[in-house]
Amino acid sequence: MDKLCRGLRLYRHYISINIRSAMQYKMSFFLTAVGQFLVSFNVFLGIFFMFQRFSRVEGFTYSEVLLGFSIILMEFSLAEMSARGFDLFPRTVRSGEFDRILVRPRNEILQVLGSKFELTRFGRMLQALVMFVYGIAKSGVTWNASKVVTVLFMLIGGTAVFSGLFLIYAALCFFTLDGLEFMNVFTDGAREFGKYPVGVYGKKILLFSTFVVPYALIQYYPLLYLLERRTEPIYIVLPLLACLFLLPAYGLWRFGVGRYQSSGS
Amino acid sequence: MITVEHLCKSYRIAKRNAGFSEALRAFFHREYEVIEALSDVSFTIADGEMVGYIGPNGAGKSSTIKILSGILTPDDGTVLIDGRVPWLDRIRHVKEIGVVFGQRSQLWWDVPVIDSFELLKDIYSIPQETYRQKSEELTELLDLSELLRTPARQLSLGQRMRCEIAASLLHDPNILFLDEPTIGLDAVSKLAVRDFILKQNREHGTTVILTTHDMQDIEALTSRIILIGKGRILMDGTLEDIRRAAGSAACGAADGRIDELIAQLYRSYEI
Repeated sequence: MDKLCRGLRLYRHYISINIRSAMQYKMSFFLTAVGQFLVSFNVFLGIFFMFQRFSRVEGFTYSEVLLGFSIILMEFSLAEMSARGFDLFPRTVRSGEFDRILVRPRNEILQVLGSKFELTRFGRMLQALVMFVYGIAKSGVTWNASKVVTVLFMLIGGTAVFSGLFLIYAALCFFTLDGLEFMNVFTDGAREFGKYPVGVYGKKILLFSTFVVPYALIQYYPLLYLLERRTEPIYIVLPLLACLFLLPAYGLWRFGVGRYQSSGS
Repeated sequence: MITVEHLCKSYRIAKRNAGFSEALRAFFHREYEVIEALSDVSFTIADGEMVGYIGPNGAGKSSTIKILSGILTPDDGTVLIDGRVPWLDRIRHVKEIGVVFGQRSQLWWDVPVIDSFELLKDIYSIPQETYRQKSEELTELLDLSELLRTPARQLSLGQRMRCEIAASLLHDPNILFLDEPTIGLDAVSKLAVRDFILKQNREHGTTVILTTHDMQDIEALTSRIILIGKGRILMDGTLEDIRRAAGSAACGAADGRIDELIAQLYRSYEI
């Protein structure tokens, strides 16, 4: 417990020093945040215009799709904001900064997370928040306690899944010394792919996203519960189950750290 | 007490000839060459010793430092530092050591140096009172009072190196690894750094392991020198031993300037 408190305190300190660093470059900070906001807005427009032509996709109405997408976007933004250090990890390894991390008496993951806290992603976060509120308001869902808990669990599970993907991306650098762009298929791809409830893509994709990379657990199934197409309580906790995805991701990371070769002098 | 026995480490390095077609070929079929960075390296260093670890570029100096500081895992051999195996017991080990990489900074680039110090205080969980004492002491000895409120990116190399050294000593380590601490420094900064390292060793009994290409560093600081070349330890002795060995190798031609002596020695060992 004491260890956890000290860890959190250090993480807060990292965030604060990141903010102080970012504030050194006011204009760049401001423009990036605005840019981030606009980029995500695009995606929203995509859905919006699509539904100008079709009233429903595989039995989901506009407002229902919007609800699912806004939750995914929120999850992705939360993960990206906090786990940005993994995204930039190839650079950390190449520049030898990871050596420095290893000579500090703290958990490596905590230090990598702290090395870059991307505040400009706040723009995307804000966009996600706007979509999230809009999605919930528009969805026409009648809210009750168990549905609110479901959404909360979706946010937790989703952030865990995306963070896990970022962690895997970083861990692969130990083997290749460079980032693997194909991993973006799973991270950025999932965000795009999450525009529509995963079920609409067919049975095979649904199986994949239930048992391999558990997108369906954080989006499709709980969405069915929110929309009252399923009523079994198991659907409430499925998103939490998705947190298990972090275990293999962490395993790969540990294995990678053990094989770390360092670089240069 | 540092005990190193039969340490071995090899790297696999991808090789290819110049040119685009070669690059394309290497993309599909890569040829590797195994480089023995360290082979059967053994030595012991007692508490409070100050040791110069020298050798030409690529001799294995950095690999050794990285293994001793818990960054790399060796292929074979044992290392015991005050009862700890660095790569197995990383977190407990690195609490007790300080590391300065002369070519890399540990300070946050965009914030004043004092902010980096405060972060290190939290990283090492240094109690407030200890931190205050230690940072005051280091500020005075390294003459940092004017620098602490400047962002690291605006410091000159010499100023930054003084801050780097202070940063790696805030948690009062027993052992200090210095990897080329005087690289690129002007004469005044070099002297200041050397002077400080000497004091740190005398007054706190800190064990210092120093790699450098600057032979004046060696002359000024260390009584013991370990010479490494092509991953093997070639000599372990005093400056006098080095003089004698180089002198005999050059048939008395060496005129006593230490750079000449060392070059002579490298040539005689064909490293």
